[in-house]
Amino acid sequence: MTALLELDGLDVAYATASGARRVVHSVSFDVQTGEVVALVGESGSGKTTTSSAVLGLLPAGGRLDAGAVRLSGTDIAGWSDRRLQGVRGARIGYIPQDPVSSLNPVRPVGVQLADTFRIHGRRDPRDIRNCVLELLERVGLDDPALRARQYPHELSGGMRQRVLIANAVALEPELVIADEPTSALDVTVQRRILDLIDELRREHGTAVLLVTHDLGVAAERAERVVVMQHGRIVEQGTTAALLDAPTEAYTRHLVADAPGLAEQPFRHPRPPIYLRDAGVAAAENPFALVASGLSKSYSLGRGREPFRAVDDVSFRVLRGTTHAIVGESGSGKTTTARIVSRFVTPDSGRVELGGTDVTQLSGAAKREFRRRVQLVYQNPFASLDPRQTVAEIIAEPLRNFAVGDRRERAVAAQRLIDRVALPADVAARRPTELSGGQRQRVAIARALALEPELVVLDEAVSALDVTVQARILELLERLQGELGLSYLFISHDLAVVRRISHSVSVMRRGRIVESGPTEQVFRAPQHDYTRELLDAVPGRKAIA
Amino acid sequence: MAYLARRTGQALLVLAIAFTATFVLLQALPGDAILIKFESPELGLSPEQIADIRASYGADVPVVQQFLHTVAGFVQGDFGYSVQYGTPVHELVGSALPDTLVLAGLGFLTAVLIAVALAFLSTLAPFAWLRQALRALPGVFVSVPVFWLGIVLIQVFSFQLRLVPVIGADPAQALILPVLTLAIPISAPLAQILARSIDEVQLSPFVAVVRAKGAGPARVLWRDVARNALLPAITIAGVLIGELIGGAVVTETVFGRAGIGRLTEQAVANQDVPVLQAIVILAALVFVLVNLAVDLVYPVLDPRLKRKAVAA
Amino acid sequence: MSAPVEITPRADAAASAASPAIALPGVDGSVPTPAAAAALASPLGRGIRGIRGLRGVRALRAQHLSLLVAWLVIAIVVAWAVVPWLFTGQDPIAGVPAEKLQGPSLAHLFGTDAIGRDLFTRVVYGAVHSLSGAFVAVTVGLVAGTLLGVLAGSLGGAVDAVVMRLVDVLLAIPGLLLALSIIILLGFGTVNAAIAVGVGSIAAFARVARSEVVRVRQADYVEAAFGSGARLHAVLARHVLPNSLTAVIGLAALQFGAAILAISTLGFLGYGAPPPTPEWGLLIAEGRNYVATSWWLTVLPGLVVVVVVLSANRISHSLGRTR
Repeated sequence: MTALLELDGLDVAYATASGARRVVHSVSFDVQTGEVVALVGESGSGKTTTSSAVLGLLPAGGRLDAGAVRLSGTDIAGWSDRRLQGVRGARIGYIPQDPVSSLNPVRPVGVQLADTFRIHGRRDPRDIRNCVLELLERVGLDDPALRARQYPHELSGGMRQRVLIANAVALEPELVIADEPTSALDVTVQRRILDLIDELRREHGTAVLLVTHDLGVAAERAERVVVMQHGRIVEQGTTAALLDAPTEAYTRHLVADAPGLAEQPFRHPRPPIYLRDAGVAAAENPFALVASGLSKSYSLGRGREPFRAVDDVSFRVLRGTTHAIVGESGSGKTTTARIVSRFVTPDSGRVELGGTDVTQLSGAAKREFRRRVQLVYQNPFASLDPRQTVAEIIAEPLRNFAVGDRRERAVAAQRLIDRVALPADVAARRPTELSGGQRQRVAIARALALEPELVVLDEAVSALDVTVQARILELLERLQGELGLSYLFISHDLAVVRRISHSVSVMRRGRIVESGPTEQVFRAPQHDYTRELLDAVPGRKAIA
Repeated sequence: MAYLARRTGQALLVLAIAFTATFVLLQALPGDAILIKFESPELGLSPEQIADIRASYGADVPVVQQFLHTVAGFVQGDFGYSVQYGTPVHELVGSALPDTLVLAGLGFLTAVLIAVALAFLSTLAPFAWLRQALRALPGVFVSVPVFWLGIVLIQVFSFQLRLVPVIGADPAQALILPVLTLAIPISAPLAQILARSIDEVQLSPFVAVVRAKGAGPARVLWRDVARNALLPAITIAGVLIGELIGGAVVTETVFGRAGIGRLTEQAVANQDVPVLQAIVILAALVFVLVNLAVDLVYPVLDPRLKRKAVAA
Repeated sequence: MSAPVEITPRADAAASAASPAIALPGVDGSVPTPAAAAALASPLGRGIRGIRGLRGVRALRAQHLSLLVAWLVIAIVVAWAVVPWLFTGQDPIAGVPAEKLQGPSLAHLFGTDAIGRDLFTRVVYGAVHSLSGAFVAVTVGLVAGTLLGVLAGSLGGAVDAVVMRLVDVLLAIPGLLLALSIIILLGFGTVNAAIAVGVGSIAAFARVARSEVVRVRQADYVEAAFGSGARLHAVLARHVLPNSLTAVIGLAALQFGAAILAISTLGFLGYGAPPPTPEWGLLIAEGRNYVATSWWLTVLPGLVVVVVVLSANRISHSLGRTR
């Protein structure tokens, strides 16, 4: 039987200033009718390029050098754009990554869906309207007539992704290419969207090519997995076989580093004797940080109820441990982190650092406070000044507090570079020359320069690839052991939280719904929302 | 409603400051324009006569009083008297305005047509070299001095090709070259903004989705890209109108046409401050009104801003 | 005089609303990988798509070439301004009446004017007027505008409000009218015309400088600097200014071209340098009377202006891009 889709020796290259650069090397795999195949890889692996090549929609400068793309046995790789237009949408559907920017902002949703039918020759407006409404209902949107009239910005991210799925399956294609369809969505929404794709697939026997960076998603949803790295296929096979007994080293790494899949013991606070300063630990206050009754509201304009971003939040961070705050977007976790690091002043509540309230500090006292608490940002591409060298960046906090002279600071910077396991020669380089993981190491080194008591990590590993993420988590763990640091770890990712934190607070809509030691919260969640979150983690079998 | 009130208030504030600034700069600071004009010994005017003249121009009272007087006059449409001609400024401006309005209006329309044609052709044209050439054209247009363009157009179309008569042209014929002279440099920034925003929109993920549905390039451009790309271009309408007035000064001078531009040129040559001040305020008024209109129309065209505008 | 076209905040809002969300795990950009870089030497061009790719590479090379030419043009014109006698042996002011109104030839590259002066010589000697004028104009705009913009952007609050209202007023008056108002105030002449043009560009500089400062101030790395104990002046000097001035420099190059145009326009209208100064706008104005018979008197000096302005704009473009 011929495969529905068969890629055979696909080579793709991009034109660059210095000539053509090949980004996909003789990629071959197939997708059978009704099957879900996951194409897994980290950024730069060529997975998205491969899937764009199937549709003949490579970005400008990209070209197919060699190989065949066979759809039910017919090679469409050499087809003209015009000829491919008959295939796109009708025989191959496409679900994009980012629902926020993937719908035309100035046209109503229904009109955009109707376009799909019109492009492929349907003419009767009433027929099209009925199809659109039926589709919207099928993808689980309430009140389809209203939704059809709405503009994209009036819908939530999850609803927009449903619209895009409706768009992809409108003409009942044989194959749907889903390019990271849920990576921009919250974990609970992600689960519902993946369920929806599964459901539609079962109804119509549509095959799905699921492009994803998340091995957990692949493990849960796909029958077969194709692993790519540096533009080549590393390994492919059935999901169970590949995950249980990966043959290639890279696949083994990937499986080991995927936080949702790996079996890891829970972390427990060490006895105080291992801490840096036993004297401090023996003192009556064992907490690095005590936050109590924090609230922060933002005005939404006259006549409207203010938005309560943080609502009566209390938690404590034991010295030398990691406390995680986990929540979905809009839960108030980042605002909480910014209150603790004194970039936002709360409306009420106290943040006690070593027993003194810091929420009212200003001027010189606030500046002095900066020595004790440091923040590491999510995006290492934005948190480092592109014009400074790495040494300057790391030494800047020392310079601000006039610690040592220029030479001593350079030595200190070099020591910190070593501490975060960066090669010594990065000192003279600029952030633009570094990879994302290296940049985050620089940001961590900067945070450590003043030897703070508490480091607030705001989604600090969320923008990184899993293998890089795993290395940064290991680094954080090691530094904590060496320096007796306390971490406040803000994250949306339960699998990462499970791995790094000693205790955890779950936030939802500005409130903490559940708090406790990580093992207890993950093993025996008390709140429904915590359970829902845990259930939604892809590859969740390993997490509890 | 509050939004409307706030924007109108801002517009009025800008006008008020502009008025005060021009008053201070042009009337209060340079000493006494009338003295400069009439004091020269050749005229042989006695101090009493000069005082009379000053009184007739309202220049013999304290500056603050002059200012209030001028404000009151402007609000009522009385811009004072031209120092050069002695006629009321509003008459001079009023008689020059229609010619310039026709020229500027046609110039603006032509500029928009040229810009839209260039921007869209440079995305849709069949050959890469052609697209590149069309892309490069606005950059050349921006770099051309308006006065030189006018002269070259006269040379080519009137003297070389003899398509447009130099002397004895009917009013419509006489407009062709001035309108082109005015339109070409103004079309350039508009074409550049349009082309750039078309490029940006073409790269946005929703266009990839539309193409993955099987839509062809022309359909994508008209149905999905065009409106998104045109929106940012509207915001520079005010700037373009300002350019249009500057362009009219040069164009009318080169082609020897009567109008606001010519009036301006002569006012500067003759140090005729009241006339220049009236024209400057008029231009600022037009600019402010156009921008106000753009700000009010924009939320209607962009559904994303509708709510914000209402909320604000 | 054409003010550089600026996207107003409204347009920015629209554009950012359409832009994708922040970096997320697995955003599959074309990040260079060692393996891909090693595959550089792959054979080029198979079939039609291959040729298309090649053309893209050629276009990139053409870009570098045009930038090189632009710098060359500016270098030559600067040399004209500094050492004009190296480029021509003739006199820019005194003519040879016997040789009047001759077309371009080897002896007179650009031909001669009505009193027999060599036009090429006049253009070469005129460079100093146009360039120094443009230099003065850009300096006035750059210094005053950037100062205002940086003050408004970094201090915020009332200062910002006042400065930006002033900028609104400057923007509300068309550039040429503003320049003419200044000229009426200061009187005619090359320097005054240059200052007038410079004042006209203050608003543009102020707006770009302010929006860049505001943009950079919101960057994570600026907050991180405050977070590591830096004081406001240190953050401004160390992070905000260096990162926001690139765009201002790009604008300065653009304004340089615009200033050459504006100054030649004022010269043409007769408000700049007095005759017989060989200022470029004035040259064209003088040639206007011979438009029917001696085309070179207007066309050739005008072309020089076009080429110089094009080059300045090309350079500005490249400066803006390195951001």
